Amino acid sequence: MFTKIIHTLKERKFLFEELVKRDFTKKYKRTILGMFWSVLGPLITLGVMALVFTHFFGRDIEHFAVYMFCGNLLFSYFKESTNQGMMALYYNAEIFSKVNVPKYLFLLSSNVSSLINFGINLVILLAFSAIDGVVFTWKFILLLYPILCLVVFNLGAGLILSALYLMFRDLRYLYDIFTLLLMYVSAIFYSIETFPQVYQNIFHLNPVYVYISYFRKIILDGEIPQLSLHLLAAGYAIIALVIGAVIYKKKNYKFLYYI
Amino acid sequence: MSKPIIEVNNVSVKYITGDLRNIGLKEYVMKKLTRKYKVQEFMAVNGVSFTLEQGDMLGIIGTNGAGKSTLLKVVTKIMEPSTGYVKADGKIAALLELASGFDEELNLKENAYLRGAMLGYTRKFMDEKYPEILAFSELQEYEQLPFKHLSSGMKSRIAFSIAAMVEPEILILDEVLSVGDGAFSEKSETKMREIIKSGKATILVSHSIPQVRRICNKVLWLDHGKQIAFGNADALCDKYEEFLKTGVLPEI
Repeated sequence: MFTKIIHTLKERKFLFEELVKRDFTKKYKRTILGMFWSVLGPLITLGVMALVFTHFFGRDIEHFAVYMFCGNLLFSYFKESTNQGMMALYYNAEIFSKVNVPKYLFLLSSNVSSLINFGINLVILLAFSAIDGVVFTWKFILLLYPILCLVVFNLGAGLILSALYLMFRDLRYLYDIFTLLLMYVSAIFYSIETFPQVYQNIFHLNPVYVYISYFRKIILDGEIPQLSLHLLAAGYAIIALVIGAVIYKKKNYKFLYYI
Repeated sequence: MSKPIIEVNNVSVKYITGDLRNIGLKEYVMKKLTRKYKVQEFMAVNGVSFTLEQGDMLGIIGTNGAGKSTLLKVVTKIMEPSTGYVKADGKIAALLELASGFDEELNLKENAYLRGAMLGYTRKFMDEKYPEILAFSELQEYEQLPFKHLSSGMKSRIAFSIAAMVEPEILILDEVLSVGDGAFSEKSETKMREIIKSGKATILVSHSIPQVRRICNKVLWLDHGKQIAFGNADALCDKYEEFLKTGVLPEI
């Protein structure tokens, strides 16, 4: 099955590239600074957060700005990627109602711009960590693991959301509220250590928290997380992808009825 | 008896409307809980069968809502039939709704490339053919203009010019045989005929009976999804014109 997908991607390489180009062109067409905003945005956010929040919460947690930015980085990647993924199918309705193109192609192309943004933010995070005096170890290579899991998770979530969005247009607003609440329980600004063990485990029901936690373990604690965290990270990603793929496979021709 | 190029066998397409569309998640849950969830089904295409041989030019005719475009979508595998099947022997290119699918913010060239990619061209092919496409559309000065600043006639022209580079074995046209005004209309029809000649079979949906008479050798007549007749173009065009005057359908 994977070979079929790779084959399709090769066949439709031109379309994929054009879809990504289209998204980029539209995003920065009328702006003055263009792509520079992708770098400036996170820098400003980081700066403001570091200044303001360190004063309130920074007493108990060392390198609080880095701690917080880890959370913010991964959560905003998740939020941006899944929001764009949610709209991907609807937005391209005119295309797939006319040409026979595998619909997951639109999900993949919509994820490219958020992935690139994430990459830029990641570099900024690492640069800032170095400046802040965080010790860099060889273990940083392992960061690729949660990143890969999160990419797959976002893809799966995007597949599911885009299918649901076609059916229920108010999903957009509901999802907005959902991500806001999810953010509050992702421990971006605080630590879960003050919670009793039972509650600490409940946090791990939040996939984004799992990825954030992994990042912080490597960057701030300099340790490799336990096996359970590895399994959770991969588990969430695989489950999301499988559910999304099944929905797309089964409902492939039904999507057209909702346009 | 040679192998048919296209075989459509008892194809039906069931459309579901009603509470399916334009419903929010909250409404959906409420309706399901109170058992007030209602959908309507109707057959957009109902039991259509025909075969096309090498060199056939099929014209599909019928009043609005007859199911013509839906049938095309089944043949091009965009939709799945509820019953029956379609077998097609050859590479299919479908030109449906030429004018939509463009992005208004992008310029002409960017849109052209996007459309070419949609039609399945490779980047190399597009790079080669782009000057030819631009020249055919006679829109060279407007290359960098945002698409929304073009008139609808211009949009159709560029859409047609891009599509005209297609090299299919089976060509499917949804009312796009010729496009634009006067001179361009003739130019586009001539170009289409060239492509049709070099292919194995063509299906054309048209509301212009004279056009169908001129070009097609076979005709499929649909009415509200049902197959009224399939056969020789001239004979059926006569019967159809009569139907348009009297409103009486012939016996199937």
